[in-house]
Amino acid sequence: MAVDAGALSAGPSLRRARLRLSGLLWRRPWLKALGLLAPPLAAFLIVYIGALVALFVASFWTINSFTAAIEHTWTLANYRLIFAGSQPYLHIAALTLEIAAAVTVTDAILAFPLAYFMTRLASRRTRALLFVMVLLPLWSSYLVRIYAWQTILAHDGALNWALNGIGLGDQNLAYTNWAVWIVFSYVWLPFMVLPVYAALERIPDSYLEASADLGARGWKTLRSVILPLALPGLVAGSIFTFSLTLGDYITPLLVGGPSSNFIGIEVYRFIGASNIPLAAAFATIPMLIMGVYLLIARRIGAFEAL
Amino acid sequence: MTTRSSRISLAICSALVIAFLWIPLVIIALYAFNRSNIQGWPITSWTFHWFSVTWHNAEARSALWLSIRVGLATTGIALVLGTMAAAAVARFRFFGRDTVSFLLVLPLALPGIITGTALLRFYSFAHIQVSIWTIVIGHATFCVVVVYNNVVARLRRTSPSLIEASQDLGADGWQTFRFVLWPVLSTALVAGGLLAFALSFDEVIVTYFTAGAQETLPIFILDNIERGQQLPVVNVVAFFVIAITAIPVMLAQRVMRDTGIIRSGAAQVTEAVEAAEIPAV
Amino acid sequence: MRRMRKGHALAVVVLAAVVGAFAASAATVRAGSTAQGGLPTKIGKGEGRLDVIEWPAYTDKSFASKFEKQTGCIIHRKDAGASGDMFSLMHAHGGGGGGQWDLVSASGDASLRLIYAHDVQPVNIKLIPSWKDFLPVFKSPAHNTLNGVHYGVSVQWGPNTLIYNTKKVKPAPTGWSAIYGQKYKGHVTIPNNPIQIADAALYLEKVKPSLGIKDPYELTQAQLTAAVNLLKQQKPLLKRFWNFAPDEDASFKNGDVWIGAGWPYQTLQLKAAKVPVKEIVPLPTTGWADTWMLAAKAPHPNCAYMWMKYVTTPQVEAKQALVFGETPVNPKACSYMNKLEKGSCAGYHLNEPASYYNKIKFWKTPVPQCGWQKSNDCTDYNAWVQAWAQVTG
Repeated sequence: MAVDAGALSAGPSLRRARLRLSGLLWRRPWLKALGLLAPPLAAFLIVYIGALVALFVASFWTINSFTAAIEHTWTLANYRLIFAGSQPYLHIAALTLEIAAAVTVTDAILAFPLAYFMTRLASRRTRALLFVMVLLPLWSSYLVRIYAWQTILAHDGALNWALNGIGLGDQNLAYTNWAVWIVFSYVWLPFMVLPVYAALERIPDSYLEASADLGARGWKTLRSVILPLALPGLVAGSIFTFSLTLGDYITPLLVGGPSSNFIGIEVYRFIGASNIPLAAAFATIPMLIMGVYLLIARRIGAFEAL
Repeated sequence: MTTRSSRISLAICSALVIAFLWIPLVIIALYAFNRSNIQGWPITSWTFHWFSVTWHNAEARSALWLSIRVGLATTGIALVLGTMAAAAVARFRFFGRDTVSFLLVLPLALPGIITGTALLRFYSFAHIQVSIWTIVIGHATFCVVVVYNNVVARLRRTSPSLIEASQDLGADGWQTFRFVLWPVLSTALVAGGLLAFALSFDEVIVTYFTAGAQETLPIFILDNIERGQQLPVVNVVAFFVIAITAIPVMLAQRVMRDTGIIRSGAAQVTEAVEAAEIPAV
Repeated sequence: MRRMRKGHALAVVVLAAVVGAFAASAATVRAGSTAQGGLPTKIGKGEGRLDVIEWPAYTDKSFASKFEKQTGCIIHRKDAGASGDMFSLMHAHGGGGGGQWDLVSASGDASLRLIYAHDVQPVNIKLIPSWKDFLPVFKSPAHNTLNGVHYGVSVQWGPNTLIYNTKKVKPAPTGWSAIYGQKYKGHVTIPNNPIQIADAALYLEKVKPSLGIKDPYELTQAQLTAAVNLLKQQKPLLKRFWNFAPDEDASFKNGDVWIGAGWPYQTLQLKAAKVPVKEIVPLPTTGWADTWMLAAKAPHPNCAYMWMKYVTTPQVEAKQALVFGETPVNPKACSYMNKLEKGSCAGYHLNEPASYYNKIKFWKTPVPQCGWQKSNDCTDYNAWVQAWAQVTG
């Protein structure tokens, strides 16, 4: 790392000024933090958090059924409606949560062996190729990939064609929650592979050698050494799979069945009916779930592994 | 430590997962050649017709170009803001530090429709007309965190003494950044930038609410899917995008690989420092 | 690592104050503007630009570029995927289209909402010469005309038809009861749209007259509950709900679905793909109809009027009908349709007698005002959305 001759020759006064600024920032680090943090935080807070707070506040209001204008009458009616037993919203939330959990577990199971193979066993070339093959699907239009699955799972689709080819009967997965689970697992898989790959890559070979020296066999090493170290990566990936599933409405609409009603779909409909208060009230459920999830994730140190 | 059988089974598992990832993409490519508007299986008549239709479709071209521009702008903003926020959080302890990480993840963690609606109402309040920039801001909200997390993770593994040492040697802030921080950060920035671009390029829900008469590629695809008059055009476009993006992704992978020596070296150093429990200043 | 104190705390306080101020005012009621008083008596000079919210292809270049050349009004379009989205966009930025949009091609399930929310303004139909040629039902339909005031001009429509696979569904069905009975369980499809409740209500009007349903879009709470119960009973018969027309096409072609509610567009597409289907229109049935509505704060009203005038002429109506897959409101388009695609006029049911159209109950936004019993306790669109969640949830 050669010293930058250019900077030195840029004039002694400029250099002195730069050094003085560096000194000032070094002595008063909070100024540096402010300078570093203020623009992004300010932009982010004002734009996003303010809008979210406004939305949350609106969940305590109602709309005029004649003009669709929001009225500032403070009420808990929206929340009472969402949480009422006679209404389907809690059931919808439960279904969404269930699928999100299933998708997360599935992706973890699918991603782990692949990531392990990529980091530990693959040659440099193979690893590069696999990395590209995992990343490339992210670029190929989410919508088109869902449509491809519609074709695959349909009654006369590719899956049945293959199953019939090897002598098995037709499956009836199209337009069911199973289809939603499969498609979600498929679409978010790269988001799980990448953090797990990053986490596994960080484990030095020496740890595994030490574990073997201490007498641990494959499974024990996996359970006691690798998994705990890979856990932050798994949790980081799960933040993606969980949150993206909780909010999505396009996949359940396109590949789901008559009972595949997800939180996202209802929020979308309420907004379309210009019932922002009710949409906001219902949206607090995924907000709360993700809030709790993120707190737990932070405790496990997942933010270090994203 | 891995036995031969476990190596083979891991290789097979990996191959199966990759196949799972790629079979639908192959299907997409096949349907680019389907004559019919309706995606039935198996394909009965094949044609190159849709390739020429797409080639002459000005709307598809401008949508692709708009998505690229939005993606680049978003990635630029995400890189700058994400790095700044990460640098502040990794280096300093201050009130509300943990909350910053939480707040930055929110746009990604919450349903896209919430972000989209919230932003639309904000633009209403601030009398901001929807334009390409409202789309970029919308995308940036959830792309910043991707860069931020990568950089924070990398900085946490970088000993602060590296920066002190550099300054002891007489480098000012800019030189320290250029010669010490940049090599350490570059792979994190490339990875974060790549993911940020991919997220922005393929985003449809937030875009739908924050766009005016601008049509990004996902919006164009959504339109065609809704109408179905020329569905194979969508497949041609998707096929083309996959083929084209293979190049930048491979290049990016190369960048990350080439500086890997420094990366893993820095990691080893950090690990050693931590292991020796040398107190950081 | 040093602790931050004063500076950062100050920054946080300032930011919190800004956030608080924004949050408080962002949630303020933004009253829509009332329609501008006085209708224009002639179309003035074009402003050079037209901003529209449309269903995809409603300003398709194949028939819009001629307009752009003739009038100089360059079209900037935003495609919407659902009626609710159209409403959200028009109602944002203070309503009335926010000064950003001129026209919106609203369907009947959103049009009344736009009118009551003061997002659209009255239109002088005298400035649209083709209006007098329209099929009578589309001149002043209840979904875009209130008390004789026109809030837009009808443009295209489609009936809700019963499509069935001739090989799987035998004997041929004769009415809507075919999709409410057990015979084709697991192979039925209907649209995924709360307005579908009206179809159920229309069916109940016939089979359960004791409910007293007079208008399938003006339902009391008891009538709404009855319609929802019917839909809940129908749900186990469904293979899926369809969202976009191509979804239904794919399901019919793939053999997942044998019978269902659809539009002539799907029938024609399926026939072109050699799928053995037939369509019947069991009257009375529901139908959708689209209106070009003028935004209350339209920045380019002259171009807007020019477009409304242009798109309702027979040749353009025919072109649009075939590009999108729908039926014109101007029957003079019939011959042009047949020239472009033989038999399309009949295929899209444009050549029927007046009595036929009178039996189609076009989409109308459910509002509390109950015309048939002169009260204000009918269920509104919000109640329908919540009722639909009961069906699908």
